[in-house]
Amino acid sequence: MSARNRLWVDPILVTNPVTLHVLGICSALAVTTSLDSAVVMSGALIFVLSLSNASISLIRRHVPDPIRLIVQITIIASLVIVVDQLLQALLFGMSRRLSVFVGLIVSNCIVLGRAEGFAIKNPPGASLLDGLGNGLGYALILVIVGAVRELLGAGTLMGVDVLPLDSDGGWFTPLELFGLPPSAFFLLGVLVWIVRTLRPEQAEAVTESPGTEATR
Amino acid sequence: MPSANPLRWWRDFLALPNERPAKTVGVALLVALVCSLLVSVTAVLLEPIRNLNRLEDRASRMLGMLEFLGGRTPEARAVDLATGAYADRDPGTRTALPADADVAGLGSREDVAAVFEVRDDQGRLELVVLPVRGAGYQSTLEGYLALEADLNTVAALTFYSQNETPGVGARIEEDTWQSLWRGKKVADEDGAILIAVVKGGASGVHEVDGISGATKTGDGVTRLLRFWLGPDGYGPYLERLGEEARR
Repeated sequence: MSARNRLWVDPILVTNPVTLHVLGICSALAVTTSLDSAVVMSGALIFVLSLSNASISLIRRHVPDPIRLIVQITIIASLVIVVDQLLQALLFGMSRRLSVFVGLIVSNCIVLGRAEGFAIKNPPGASLLDGLGNGLGYALILVIVGAVRELLGAGTLMGVDVLPLDSDGGWFTPLELFGLPPSAFFLLGVLVWIVRTLRPEQAEAVTESPGTEATR
Repeated sequence: MPSANPLRWWRDFLALPNERPAKTVGVALLVALVCSLLVSVTAVLLEPIRNLNRLEDRASRMLGMLEFLGGRTPEARAVDLATGAYADRDPGTRTALPADADVAGLGSREDVAAVFEVRDDQGRLELVVLPVRGAGYQSTLEGYLALEADLNTVAALTFYSQNETPGVGARIEEDTWQSLWRGKKVADEDGAILIAVVKGGASGVHEVDGISGATKTGDGVTRLLRFWLGPDGYGPYLERLGEEARR
């Protein structure tokens, strides 16, 4: 694979921001009760992350060090407001369900982590790909967790009945645990476990990769 | 020295070392300017669509509530809140509320309000739907209260707009909670308004169990109902409807 392609493919599977750096799990808990909200949230994060990476990279040589973080957060926050407004206009019902969690992308440390760790010292094209890849990596985890939670918690996928519910004469009793936030923790834990069993070199909690200082 | 040519000036600015205060201030200003432009252009362009979405959502909630209650078409009426009479025009004026009367935390209320009446073929009142709003824990709660023909039995209560804590206060929008209101009585025989959200162990016809963890939101609901059903809200109008029914 070319170095350019690695930029966006690696963060999806190998250096996934959620399973490797355990970043961005706050929203991963909140919005994954159903698959469709996980998909929309992922889309919003990919939008913000790609564009914030690209624009921060674009001005990286002219950002004075003392105001570096303020400039980055200003750009990120503006993009988050834009995506929030877009959702309210185009997907009103969904934006009500996601409530504050779209706005909280500002504090999703994947975004600031990639700005600080990558965009501030790499050219815009590469930064855009890095943002896209990390966004897709986050999306992959959210979609897996969202699909499992919706399937086991409600017997549906994207709102379509998959497992016949016992309340409708079927055999499946929804597992209430999967509607509650802790189940997302368990699923994330299992995913991290699987990834680190397959790639034992990731088992070290401390990595050389930047962005791990950020929390939440 | 800055040159007269703007392009030249721009190049000079970019060439300034990042450590210079002028560069720091300049970059900060430019980033702020571009970002605020981006945000305000989006907000202004999308505002009509967002307003429409809110209106449609509000309308569909009321239609849903009426469908649940029997599906007759409501008639919108303008009511002068001070006298309780129907108004033929809305002057758009508002009346400031003195602090002791302002239990719902509104500051002021409109002089003419829109209500919705559902009447049967003989013109007898079946249902009246009152828009209500008031301060919750961290946002204004807006909803509809539907009363049955006796004007004392709650047919339904629904909230279409709030920004309470997700998963806690925001659950007042859920059907399971809103359905608790059906059949509750507003006032006792003497006309004292007793309806309230209580913390656990609701008993009797005037009480509804609050959502655990959302005490302040529940108190807000109690207060807004008391305000709108009271003398500064729809009180005079409801009284007039009651007299009309007794005649």
